[in-house]
Amino acid sequence: MFDRLKGIIKKEFYHIFRDQRTLLILFGIPIVQIVLFGFAISNEIKNVKIAILDQSKDEHSTQIIDKVLSTSYFDLDSYLNSFEEIDDAFQKGRIKAALVFPPKFSETLQKESKADVQIISDATDPNTGTQIGNYLQMQVQQYLMEHEVTATSTLPPMLINTEVEMRYNPELKSVYMFVPGLITIILMLVCTMMTSIAITREKETGTMEVLLASPMHASIILLGKVIPYLLLSFVNASLIIALGKFIFEVPVMGSYALLIGEIILYCLVVLALGIFVSTIAETQQLALMISLFALFLPTMLLSGFIFPIENMPLPLQIVSKIVPATYFNIIIKSIMLKGATLSFILKETLILAGIFFFLMGVSIKRFKIRLE
Amino acid sequence: MAVIKVNNLSKNYGEVEALKGIAFEVEQNEIFGLIGPDGAGKSTLIRILNSLILADKGEVSVMGKDPNKQYQYIRNNIGYMPGRFSLYEDLSVKENLEFFATIFGTTIKKSYNLIKDIYQQIEPFNDRKAGALSGGMKQKLALCAALIHYPKVLFLDEPTTGVDPVSRKEFWQIIKGLHQHNITIVVSTPYMDEADLCDRVALMNEGEILRIDTPKNVANSFDKPLYALEAKEGNYKLIKTLRAYPFLESVFPFGEKLHYTDQRDLDVTQALIEHLEAEGFNDINISKIASNTEDVFIRLMNNQKQ
Repeated sequence: MFDRLKGIIKKEFYHIFRDQRTLLILFGIPIVQIVLFGFAISNEIKNVKIAILDQSKDEHSTQIIDKVLSTSYFDLDSYLNSFEEIDDAFQKGRIKAALVFPPKFSETLQKESKADVQIISDATDPNTGTQIGNYLQMQVQQYLMEHEVTATSTLPPMLINTEVEMRYNPELKSVYMFVPGLITIILMLVCTMMTSIAITREKETGTMEVLLASPMHASIILLGKVIPYLLLSFVNASLIIALGKFIFEVPVMGSYALLIGEIILYCLVVLALGIFVSTIAETQQLALMISLFALFLPTMLLSGFIFPIENMPLPLQIVSKIVPATYFNIIIKSIMLKGATLSFILKETLILAGIFFFLMGVSIKRFKIRLE
Repeated sequence: MAVIKVNNLSKNYGEVEALKGIAFEVEQNEIFGLIGPDGAGKSTLIRILNSLILADKGEVSVMGKDPNKQYQYIRNNIGYMPGRFSLYEDLSVKENLEFFATIFGTTIKKSYNLIKDIYQQIEPFNDRKAGALSGGMKQKLALCAALIHYPKVLFLDEPTTGVDPVSRKEFWQIIKGLHQHNITIVVSTPYMDEADLCDRVALMNEGEILRIDTPKNVANSFDKPLYALEAKEGNYKLIKTLRAYPFLESVFPFGEKLHYTDQRDLDVTQALIEHLEAEGFNDINISKIASNTEDVFIRLMNNQKQ
């Protein structure tokens, strides 16, 4: 029996290593994705170009401007002279935000103890827009506080000093989120898509007919298909973690043993999903379609990788509850970034295990030992 | 004792009746041919026998086992070569054979005695990918794979379709040669001339068996005198004229000539010549000939339609 299993695994590796497209999907996509996500796609506020329209040019306005520009967050694009120029600068894409001081800024501030500053932020990208707005606002508030203290040597009468600590990712690096998220997505892609295609390919080329007519048990055929992809997925996951650690300095706070165990569990779940797809689809093309549109997209969008689940409308939240990636996302983030131990993620782990046994049971039942 | 017994076997695909209550038996060590055109139900029948699909109705027994329940035993003891080339095209000849040897729990070495005559012909291409082999070579490789575990019964579904004439001949020699190894062979083919190479044949059409007999008896079973004719004006014009002839029973092209039967039982050679000369044909050549399987098949098929 083990000889048979070994034979079919060996054969499967021949298929994988002889097909360059398969190899490209297996190893090319993960590397390209992580480099793209890591380097190109960034939510961080850094060296944002801003323009300034200072209509008063007095003590307070210039000091605020100095303070804003002294940080690494903002770079000056230009000083403007009129409101029309603001639009122009936005449309040409030169700036992401503009800071506007009205005339007689210091005078108003001194007389009435309050004055207006206008912050215009480019909200074509809402998240970044809001973030830039908040940062600018913070700079202005800070200036006021500091000025008050130095000018009067007393604190303002009532003040709640909020201090935000960005725990687990103090520098708000987006790559912290992408590396665990990518492992989730890529394992899904490799395991589900590749196994379902590998099985349907045998149906299409007719080789499944010969396999079925052989005395091999269905579970051996399926195991022989699953084990190679389990190994390759594991290599893939290690590759992503290593790239994340050494290139992007994403830490692994929890234990590696737990991480490995959870990755294997998740691989098993998505492999079972792949087998399940292959029991529905008769052709490679259909298997590919199901993997991409029915599984890959929801995983990407609904697992909490890109959008927070709490903000979704109720029906989508329910869908996200049955996406296995949702649970793995929580698990892997907890282990890698928070250093969680098994007891913290026991619930998610058990749910994943449950999904695995359910899918495996259904697939073995659905797997046909005959041609029809 | 019969190795395969089939009784009242029916199979439908939706509206289409693929097999309409057929019955036959195959004896130990026989080469049993299923002869018939595409759509006759040959592949369906073979797949039911080797347990790959289930019959709707009727009794089937292969080596005394029911393909529905005891399929594990059957799958352990049969060799099956599907109609379509079903080996791995991206694996080499040797890798394919090794793979099939392992899944049947054996090795090339152990089975070498059985497959050596065939394997020696493809061994020079051991390292070539199966996808790059010629049609004949592919079929030889597939046959090796089907034989690798010393099956008791061998099912060959159209093994010579799409194979060049020389390879076809070689392939049949191989099949004949397997006789000495105590293997019962069920082989399907659309080529009527291959019927003569079987021990017994079943002529199949549209899900029915028209006749089961030895090839010789089948060929001789033609119950009318058969004439082969040709004329200078060509077959097309000749057929048209003969179809208008009141005594015609059947006429169909056969190779370069026409095969003709008449409603009258006596020798009609002279009468035909006179009729055709009157219709303006020249160089008329008519001879009485012995019938072959194809003549019988066409006649049976026409009877079936009526």
